[in-house]
Amino acid sequence: MTLAYHLQIVNLLAALLLLISFAMLSQRRVVALVTLFAWQGAALATSTAIVAWSTDQHHLYYSAALTLLLKVIAMPWYFYRLVRKLNVNRVVEPMINIPTTMLIGIVLVIFAFNLALPISEISGTVTRSTLGIAMAIVLLSFLMMITRTKAIPQVIGFLAMENGLFFAATSATYGMPLVVELGVALDVLVGVFVLGIFIFQIRETFDSLDLKHMEKLREK
Amino acid sequence: MEIFWLLGIPLAGGVFLALWGSRRHAPEINALFSLATLLAAAALTHRIIEDGPMMVGAGWFFIDSFNVFLVALTAFVAFTTALFSRPYMRIEQEHGRLNDKRLRLYHSSYQIFIGAMLLALTTNNMGILWVAMEAATLATVLLVSLYRTPASLEAAWKYFILCGVGIALALFGTILLYFAAEKILGSGGTALLWTHLNGVKAQLEPTVLSLAFVFLLVGYGTKVGLAPLHSWLPDAHAEGPTPVSAVLSGLLLNVALYAVMRSKVLVDGALGTDMAGNLMMGFGLFSVVLAAFMIKRQTDVKRMFAYSSIEHMGLITFAFGMGGAVANFAALLHMTMHSLTKSAIFFAVGHATQKAGTQLMDDIRGLIKTNPTIGWGLMLGTIAILGVPPFGVFASEFLIITTAMHEHPWATPFLLLALGVAFASIFGRVQPMVFGETELPRLPHQPALAPVFLHLGLVLMLGLFIPPYLADWYRQAAELLGG
Amino acid sequence: MSTGILLQLAQSLLAILLAPLLMGWVNQCRAWLQGRSAPPITQPYRTLRKLFHKDAVIAHNASPLFRFAPYMIFACMALAAGIVPTIANDLPFSPAADVIALVGIFALARVFLALAAMDIGSPFGTLGARREMLVSFLAEPALLMVFFTASFIAQSTELPVIVQTLAHREFAIYPSISFAAVAFWMISVAENARIPVDNPSTHLELTMIHEAMILEYSARHLALIEWAVALKLFTYSTLGIALFLPWGIAPQGDIAALPLALLVMIAKLLLGGAALAFLETISAKVRLFRAPEFLGTAFLLAVLGMLIHFLLEV
Repeated sequence: MTLAYHLQIVNLLAALLLLISFAMLSQRRVVALVTLFAWQGAALATSTAIVAWSTDQHHLYYSAALTLLLKVIAMPWYFYRLVRKLNVNRVVEPMINIPTTMLIGIVLVIFAFNLALPISEISGTVTRSTLGIAMAIVLLSFLMMITRTKAIPQVIGFLAMENGLFFAATSATYGMPLVVELGVALDVLVGVFVLGIFIFQIRETFDSLDLKHMEKLREK
Repeated sequence: MEIFWLLGIPLAGGVFLALWGSRRHAPEINALFSLATLLAAAALTHRIIEDGPMMVGAGWFFIDSFNVFLVALTAFVAFTTALFSRPYMRIEQEHGRLNDKRLRLYHSSYQIFIGAMLLALTTNNMGILWVAMEAATLATVLLVSLYRTPASLEAAWKYFILCGVGIALALFGTILLYFAAEKILGSGGTALLWTHLNGVKAQLEPTVLSLAFVFLLVGYGTKVGLAPLHSWLPDAHAEGPTPVSAVLSGLLLNVALYAVMRSKVLVDGALGTDMAGNLMMGFGLFSVVLAAFMIKRQTDVKRMFAYSSIEHMGLITFAFGMGGAVANFAALLHMTMHSLTKSAIFFAVGHATQKAGTQLMDDIRGLIKTNPTIGWGLMLGTIAILGVPPFGVFASEFLIITTAMHEHPWATPFLLLALGVAFASIFGRVQPMVFGETELPRLPHQPALAPVFLHLGLVLMLGLFIPPYLADWYRQAAELLGG
Repeated sequence: MSTGILLQLAQSLLAILLAPLLMGWVNQCRAWLQGRSAPPITQPYRTLRKLFHKDAVIAHNASPLFRFAPYMIFACMALAAGIVPTIANDLPFSPAADVIALVGIFALARVFLALAAMDIGSPFGTLGARREMLVSFLAEPALLMVFFTASFIAQSTELPVIVQTLAHREFAIYPSISFAAVAFWMISVAENARIPVDNPSTHLELTMIHEAMILEYSARHLALIEWAVALKLFTYSTLGIALFLPWGIAPQGDIAALPLALLVMIAKLLLGGAALAFLETISAKVRLFRAPEFLGTAFLLAVLGMLIHFLLEV
């Protein structure tokens, strides 16, 4: 059984998204992380557009355009500016060394695939198998948030997680209803904005973006 | 029609207060908007009691006895909190902890937060429910860090990241839900409408729904403050301004639990097993026990009551998990009691810490001497939340525990132990705060604690006597949740 | 059958004879890209001839293993080169052409090389052997993963079957195969001691891996090892071509397709060699302790390829 070409391309993009997630996990520099995030957004927008074209779901074109606008242009631009302004582009070692993180990542991917397998089998959509990849991306981003101690990488991890969710929504269900998608996009936008304010506040108060300073509040 | 007023007023309030800025009477305007919201909520409640459940706005909004009860509660507590915050925030400003700009942010975000919660409660669309929950989080993140102290920033960051991750998982759950629904309801806007989903819930794919529920429970459960995902909650409550702690504890947690319950109804219908209920019971029981032992170790008064919130939310989750008409009834009643009592306690604690200039319990002594109103407010609130009769918390806890004895006897010892530990530690802490010896003179001005006694009066009344129409209303809601 | 045997012999001989030429070609490309004047393409042959004419010098304490190792290594590589389908598929040796066996043959050669390096007891030899083992301990599982990905698609671990399946099916995009291809490239670079893992043209003790092991060899022994190195590069190249660009390899018993297959193969090898030289020129050698990370990435890609195959393509 061979799939139609556009679906093969969606599959390829799914694999690419997963690969970018791993690349993010292994990246030590913030600027490179932002670039990878932009690439992830681009792959996401492309796959959304292809699904839109192949299934004739017009509202997905809007989603694709929105993704392109927000995640490929606006947010990376904002992050680049932030990094330059705050001068935080140094090599930072994550809490767990990178090969170990990678191995944990592989285990997470296997876990996600296992979780998704029964669902994929009953699903009707043609891009069903990408659900597992979406779940893996979510888990990997989660791992990235755990292993990073700096504010900006944590935020990028959060946004990458959102990318994974969005990919699940477009590939497995051909997109949520437009209202919901617009709402989600709005929330993400406001969230990034709030974070921007927040990062400046942290910077002012702690004179650093290292969240290691923020370990006062814990149970004694 | 009331629904549009209900949602429009807080939204307009948010915009208006952002523009109004720090001009005179901003706190009064804030309270006025909240009052208008309360009136709209009252009108809506009246209508639902008269006419039964209704759909508004082409199916976008759905109100039944379950959510209208929460709408009324939310609007009420939001109003009293706005009343409380007026003098409280003024004193904070005099102490130099806040400036005009931050106060403007506070007022504006407060209204938007209330609006987002009301939207989450009234919407019929599971996707919009998610969006509104996320909006409520975002509106409160900057409120938690309002004081800009290192600790408050840390708390807010933790709140944002943890709840952000939680809510992202909930989105995944929502996507899975849509994924299952779309096959039956077809793609497009209607497949996420709760009423539609409820109609076809028996046909939804069980595998997908059970996975979806796990994600929804973990996701929204983070916001409910269920252990082990609770670690943001004590920090956010302790470091944010007291009115924010009051609404977080009294309202946001309820709304998050509401989201879980809406999902549970669907999943129960699809699965036909107790899987969802068992999961909730497990999380609930764990939260109750963990929180009870954490309470014992606290030194900060707001943190202690934050853990008490976790304990009570755990108890409510447990009750909902047991299911059945009586348990649901008890859970709904306990939700009401907890919201009213806990916000009252936070009001009293707010004034107490403001006067003492510290949140450390060891440094707060003899409130009854320096200011009897605060002292009595705190003492009565504490007695009420600990479930001493005749307060209403006793009635609901009693119902929950007796039901647990009937249906899940194994859980009762844990519950009783946890409640006992919590009782001993909270009472042991609060007693010297109120009756201890102090050198401090009596305070010159009286605090405005009318909301405290209003809430406690209500709790007392409901403990002694539940009006029949209210009981009917609770019963209807309990049946909606699957009797 | 007899044509099959002839063909098999021809292919093996061709591989053995052509291998130094590929090495020369890569060196030439590299020189061009780096703006140096290139040595003639036949330089490896001249080096080999020169080495064969010299007298061997062997350390006093060398054991018979030391003398025996070069022959063993050469034999392993020659066998490996013979069983990979280069121009024709499904030859008499084919039943032996199992990918797992292939990894075993490579491992055998490596063990002998490492043992011989340690045999004399010079510090460099031991150092090189240890580094080589470090690299191979990471590269081998990755290589196996790459083969597994390919064999899951073909439902067989036999190279001819894999080539047959991949070359003669409807064209489709395989994300798993593209991941495996990148991983294979990285492994080949490491296994053949090329930049960025090792530098074949340096004798710097801080960095060298492969060269450190063969410092004690001279004359015909060194010639055999150098030849084996060239054969290894050739084998990896043809293996990569067979797995990822199998079009053009003549199917079983199709004599008429052979000349074309030969031409196509030469073209692919020329292109592959040029690409290798290009990538070597633009990249810098990584520090030795970053090499595990490089290979870890290769392993990761290979595993991901396999997982993706299960999820997306089954």
